[in-house]
Amino acid sequence: MVWFILRRAGSAVIVLFLASVLIFLGIRALPGDPAVVMAGEDASPSLIEAIRRDYGLDKPLPAQYVDYLGQTLSGNLGRSTQDQLPVAGILAERLPVTLELSALALLVAIVVGVGAGIVAAVRRDRLPDYVATGFGLAGLSIPHFWLGLLGILLFAVTLRWLPASGYVPFTQDPGQNLQRMILPALVLGTGFAAILMRQTRSAMLGALSADYVRTARSKGLAEVKVVGAHALRNSLTTVVTVLGLQLGALISGAVVTEQIFVIPGFGKLTVDAVLTRNYPVIQAVVLITVIGYVLVNLLVDIAYAFLNPRIRLSGSGHD
Amino acid sequence: MSLLRITDLTVGFDTDDGLVQAVKGISLELAEGEILALCGESGCGKSVTAMSVPRLLPPETTRLSGSIELDGRELTELPESQLRRIRGKDVSVVFQEPMTSLNPSFTVGYQIAEVLRRHEGLSRRAARDRAVELLELVGIPLPARRVKEYPHQLSGGMRQRVMIAIAVACSPRVLIADEPTTALDVTIQAGVLDVFRDLRDRLGTAVILITHDLGVVADIADRAVVMYAGRAVEQAPVDELFARPRHPYTLGLMRALPSAAVNGRLAEIPGLVPSPLSDPDECAFHARCPRAQADCVLKRPELVRQADEHLAACFHPGGPS
Repeated sequence: MVWFILRRAGSAVIVLFLASVLIFLGIRALPGDPAVVMAGEDASPSLIEAIRRDYGLDKPLPAQYVDYLGQTLSGNLGRSTQDQLPVAGILAERLPVTLELSALALLVAIVVGVGAGIVAAVRRDRLPDYVATGFGLAGLSIPHFWLGLLGILLFAVTLRWLPASGYVPFTQDPGQNLQRMILPALVLGTGFAAILMRQTRSAMLGALSADYVRTARSKGLAEVKVVGAHALRNSLTTVVTVLGLQLGALISGAVVTEQIFVIPGFGKLTVDAVLTRNYPVIQAVVLITVIGYVLVNLLVDIAYAFLNPRIRLSGSGHD
Repeated sequence: MSLLRITDLTVGFDTDDGLVQAVKGISLELAEGEILALCGESGCGKSVTAMSVPRLLPPETTRLSGSIELDGRELTELPESQLRRIRGKDVSVVFQEPMTSLNPSFTVGYQIAEVLRRHEGLSRRAARDRAVELLELVGIPLPARRVKEYPHQLSGGMRQRVMIAIAVACSPRVLIADEPTTALDVTIQAGVLDVFRDLRDRLGTAVILITHDLGVVADIADRAVVMYAGRAVEQAPVDELFARPRHPYTLGLMRALPSAAVNGRLAEIPGLVPSPLSDPDECAFHARCPRAQADCVLKRPELVRQADEHLAACFHPGGPS
């Protein structure tokens, strides 16, 4: 198991290295000379040359890459072209907001999606199944922005239960923070929950008709144990796969949701940076997103191994 | 008094095509320590009959009537919660498919220990120790190591032995073995049958052995019930059955055995099993029967005594012709 994790972590590092090369080259491939942009219009060639030297832009590309990598690893992601603040500082401020939103949305998705999926499978072709699949279809079809606006209209404008938008840091006032995050998290989690529900349902239907479930019943085990341990354990591989694949969609969903609810998170930062052509910020945002994806995939792989002994034990010199 | 008494058991299933009668009024008895073979071709109702005892049939679609008494206790009227106390303890099952009947996500030790903890109330550790003993009992080498392994690390024969270890863990009164050797190599088959014999001798377990393999029946069973189209057509002690088969269907099955082949060709029974959707009052086998006469379609033959302990449902029974 330890070897398995180390091997996976090793390949994750390689992926990150390749991604950093691509990001580096991608920025360099953009039209325009950064030194000219920084020096401003009508700058003298000697000034441009000086800037180029100062920023190491006169060195060959491999040397520039080594500089970039060294700086990135030491936490220096450059400065925002908008306000000259360090990008690392901006990220440290914005990232936790999005992580909280995503974590809450994920919680909603897992609790509602997996729970409803199990119930739908166990009560197949009966009322709970129809209700769950009906809501699943609706959750899948309704876009975030519309659901968000509808939510604001109902809970903030009509019922006045929740504030319409804005953000309060958790460290400042946890109650206020959750009050403002609950609606965005529900909106962001709904589509995800619908997908998880459908996948959990079909995986559970397969597992429930498996021979080993019949064996479990023949042992006289309670139905809770048959469904919750024997069937669910074998369905979780599917659930984890969907979870891993859909976390990417969660990031793009967060961009839209943060726009609607005016939450100063990573998604809003990305949109603003693109609109103002803030290259250092875009570069950092892309890098962080890549790291996020790689980490999620690493966690999914480890979860697979944890759930499936056939993966865990392969290559351990056994069987 | 017999350990298990099934009286006039009828089992049907609701399907889109209507009610399908799988078992049409079967009665049989099982004594303590007896190995009873239920034989017949696929779809004759032998598995359904046996699975009715621990009621391991889909509850939504199954229509069951008749009586199943275990030690004088009526099982068909027991609520699900009480049946769960019987399943795995008094009545346990070895299923046909050793490759898929174990849960791939749990160690075999866990899967054996589970039934011990459920019924015997053993602690985790005691159950684990007992699981090692059970693996040894069913003839698995290095049981202390195997107990920690997952099903995919074991061969088919070993998995079937693990299934048997689970089934016998709580010393059941009745063990139902559904085609336990069909998926196995011939050499491994003999070993698995030895395990059953051994259990019967040591624990007095009664076994219902479901099989279409008459070789297995001859090898291990004390008594056999031959089923055709949901009914028992012949019932006799195994020696008597093989020496003097009465029903033409039983005869046909015996001629289809490889050892009975004439000129290297197996004798087949012509025709097909009748549809389970209809059940006219006639002998279900008449269309395929070499001895069929006009009276076979007028009325269904009942199971009648042909000799001591030998019953057959045929108007024109006889010995080998």
